[in-house]
Amino acid sequence: MSALLIALLSFVVGGIGAVICANRGRWPTMVGVAGVLIGCVCGIVPAVRVVLGKPPQSLRMAWDVPYGSLFLNLDPLSGFFLIPVFVLCSLAAVYGADYLEAYRPKKSLAPPWFFFNLLVASMVVVILARNGVLFLLAWEMMALSSFFLVTFEDEKESTRQAGWIYLVASHIGTAFLLVLFILLGKANGSFDFDRFSTSSGTGLLFVLALVGFGTKAGFIPLHVWLPEAHPAAPSHVSAVMSAVMIKTGIYGLIRVMMILGAPHAWWGWVLCAIGLSSGLIGVLLALAQHDLKRLLAYHSVENIGIIALGLGVGTLGLRAGLPVVAVLGFAGSLLHVLNHALFKGLLFLAAGNVAHSTHTREIDHLGGLLRRMPLSGAIFLIGAVAISGLPPLNGFISEFLIYLASFKGTLILDGVSIAPMLATIAGLALIGGLAAACFTKAFGIVFLGQPRSEHAERAHEVGLAMVLPGFVLAIACVLIGLLGANVVNSMATLVSEVTGLSVPIVRMSLAEAAHSITFVSYTGGALVGVATLLALGRAIALSNRSVYTDVTWGCGYAEPSPRMQYTASSFAQPLTDIFDSLLQTRRVLIAPNGLFPKEGSFATETPDPYQEYVFRPLFHAISRDLLLLRPLQQGQVQLYILYIAVTLLLLLLWQLA
Amino acid sequence: MLAMVLAPFLQGIINRTKAIAAGRVGQPLLQTYYDLSKLLRKGAVYSETTTWIFRGGPVIGLASMICALALLPFGAFPALAPFSGDLVMVAYLLALARFFTVLAALDTGSSFEAMGASREVTFSALAEPALFLGLAALARQTGTLSLTPMLGSVSAVMWMRAAPALSLIVAGLGIVILAENARIPVDDPMTHLELTMIHEVMVLDHSGPDFAMIQYAAALKMWLLGTVIVAIAVPWHSGHLVLDGGFAIAAMVGLAVVTGVIESSMARLQLLRVTQLLIAASVLSGLALALVQR
Repeated sequence: MSALLIALLSFVVGGIGAVICANRGRWPTMVGVAGVLIGCVCGIVPAVRVVLGKPPQSLRMAWDVPYGSLFLNLDPLSGFFLIPVFVLCSLAAVYGADYLEAYRPKKSLAPPWFFFNLLVASMVVVILARNGVLFLLAWEMMALSSFFLVTFEDEKESTRQAGWIYLVASHIGTAFLLVLFILLGKANGSFDFDRFSTSSGTGLLFVLALVGFGTKAGFIPLHVWLPEAHPAAPSHVSAVMSAVMIKTGIYGLIRVMMILGAPHAWWGWVLCAIGLSSGLIGVLLALAQHDLKRLLAYHSVENIGIIALGLGVGTLGLRAGLPVVAVLGFAGSLLHVLNHALFKGLLFLAAGNVAHSTHTREIDHLGGLLRRMPLSGAIFLIGAVAISGLPPLNGFISEFLIYLASFKGTLILDGVSIAPMLATIAGLALIGGLAAACFTKAFGIVFLGQPRSEHAERAHEVGLAMVLPGFVLAIACVLIGLLGANVVNSMATLVSEVTGLSVPIVRMSLAEAAHSITFVSYTGGALVGVATLLALGRAIALSNRSVYTDVTWGCGYAEPSPRMQYTASSFAQPLTDIFDSLLQTRRVLIAPNGLFPKEGSFATETPDPYQEYVFRPLFHAISRDLLLLRPLQQGQVQLYILYIAVTLLLLLLWQLA
Repeated sequence: MLAMVLAPFLQGIINRTKAIAAGRVGQPLLQTYYDLSKLLRKGAVYSETTTWIFRGGPVIGLASMICALALLPFGAFPALAPFSGDLVMVAYLLALARFFTVLAALDTGSSFEAMGASREVTFSALAEPALFLGLAALARQTGTLSLTPMLGSVSAVMWMRAAPALSLIVAGLGIVILAENARIPVDDPMTHLELTMIHEVMVLDHSGPDFAMIQYAAALKMWLLGTVIVAIAVPWHSGHLVLDGGFAIAAMVGLAVVTGVIESSMARLQLLRVTQLLIAASVLSGLALALVQR
């Protein structure tokens, strides 16, 4: 515990230190980054140890705040969620040091580093807190500090808009959590998590947690802030937000489910339904995007969907008394939390390199970047393969566990309860296929072919500090892919805590899956080996033959230009057309006219359908109706005093009656 | 091993069937082998636009197919490394191969190849649920998650008991196989118009040994998916290893003839219709699941 307290202290000192030396050139950056790095190094050791089976540690101190207490606890679940926080935040800090440097002449870097440190500290407290008041306080701090990071470039109208949406969405979510904790606290007379015990009304509490935490995690249709906030934020902040901050929503949901005890079957159904819709709609919306970071943001929605699918299958398995299904479902879901943190962080950092080097995030303006930015391209490719869930990387391992869980459920279950299992299998398959389509599009159009604009033509590789963090993450993706069995086996204590099943049962189920995963890794290794042999064979075969380069075959057309290449929108068009009813893409066509047409253009745009057709009208209606209250606000002090007096009178009357 | 030698032969049979149906003499049965050996002896031309991705595509494609073959049983021969859940692995190895083939196509910067790539990812994404639902139905029918015992336990007795479910599975997987292998009615391997192709257009710029790897990988893929369907449709277990192997080979030849007949007797579907066909495959597999009884 003390190491974690030192880590927290280091974040706070780093943050405040950055503000103190605000006017000293590079100092704020150095102090801020140092604070994050020292804290993360201190913190990761106890986090890993507790996941591997060391006994949990806790700290409890009195606190003057009503109902509050400084109650922190490090158990396997907390430890497991802390690991990606420490890994990602330290790497993102190193990256951000270089990334933000370009802004230094224009802006003070003290605020972003202050809020970055604060964000890391608040995430750690959220994950450790075992008191409702402390939890909500940290939760709010996390929302606010990330809000200030998102609005770093507040001179842009779009950024302010994005920040605003994020702030509103966050607080609506928090409102649900407030009700949740008040209900729990009122029933038990204490806000400490270990006093919470519930017997009745767990359904309502579950729904409150689902909405409150789902807003942070990005369950559809509560995801609307993600595609706005992630592109607006600086890249290292989007990496942290997408990779770890939204996972605190998943953490909270799992924690509350543990508090609520034995799950109802419909929880599993609901989680599966949410997982399917988030996964599918998330990946489809990603497919329709033109902005690289917006595309990645929608993929976070998709992956949160996959995580929810795992939770749903696990819950159903628990409910049906099938330990294997429960263990594999929860293990797959939790491992996907870690995996998604690794590859999504990696992808956001690589996308940041692209934006940094070309000054555009418009996919259709890029192209041919692999030649100009070979390192960033290579790490983006690894991230793309991993996020598409392809072997031999880590994304496949966690999806494999969820597949295994639902296939086992299919074998054993009967009747209606088999439906969510099958939906999960078919859904995962479709999501996987669509994700592969989306990432061949993202990588293919951005990094391959020829540059489609001057921006892309002038691109250059970024500095080492912006490439290395991505490399570390890429190596982690490969390692988890190849050592998947070890990783899965080491999750026994964690899964046992989450499912409430005994450690030996969990260990047995995990060992069975790990056996399969060993073969998965062998096959992955064999794949690499065979591919190397084939490449060698080809190299030897071609060594003394004519090998020359020429232009790409253009079917006889003599004057091809880079602008004639396929674009991202045309690549995705068949799929976006098929699913148009879900996407509602807008098309603006100016058809060429006459014999010598002067102009002609075609543009598509896919705004978020939920934002467009649900939330915008809803908030418009609310603000319109609230205008009716306008006459109450006259700006005359006498009138306000009258309001106070009337209110008091009414309260008195109510009390008397 | 057997597969690696015999796979290109299937294409010879398909082509011969089509030739006979069209009243032609047709190319030699071993034409694919001649093509491969000729390509392997040639040099290579690479596009100026391309990077190492373009050269990596064929290598990873072929390596994935070889690894996937190692997970599949043939006749009474078990897979090299059967494990619970290997069906997921096989499906994802195919997806990996596709991922890199598509990237290699995009690497050329050619609109034609990108168009093919776009169609490929579209149809394969839609074929994926059909494939997995079909496999899930089969898993439920046979009670196992590993391909070797799964395909081994389909028998004439099971057909008598669960003929409707099994035939729906065969139909669903059959469509997936036609789509995955770029055959009519989804794609036409014989067309010479870049705009109308899917698989062939993606590999337009590959030459020499690279193209040989692609052709060979395509042959292996045909063999691979063919094995699955043959094992379900014609379950023959005499208990004798060689006899069963011989029978399975005969069945594969039969499958090739059927494919040839399908290709000769119908035209390629309009691309928009392919979507409906693939969704129909998912529906068939889903229905099969509803009918599975144990």
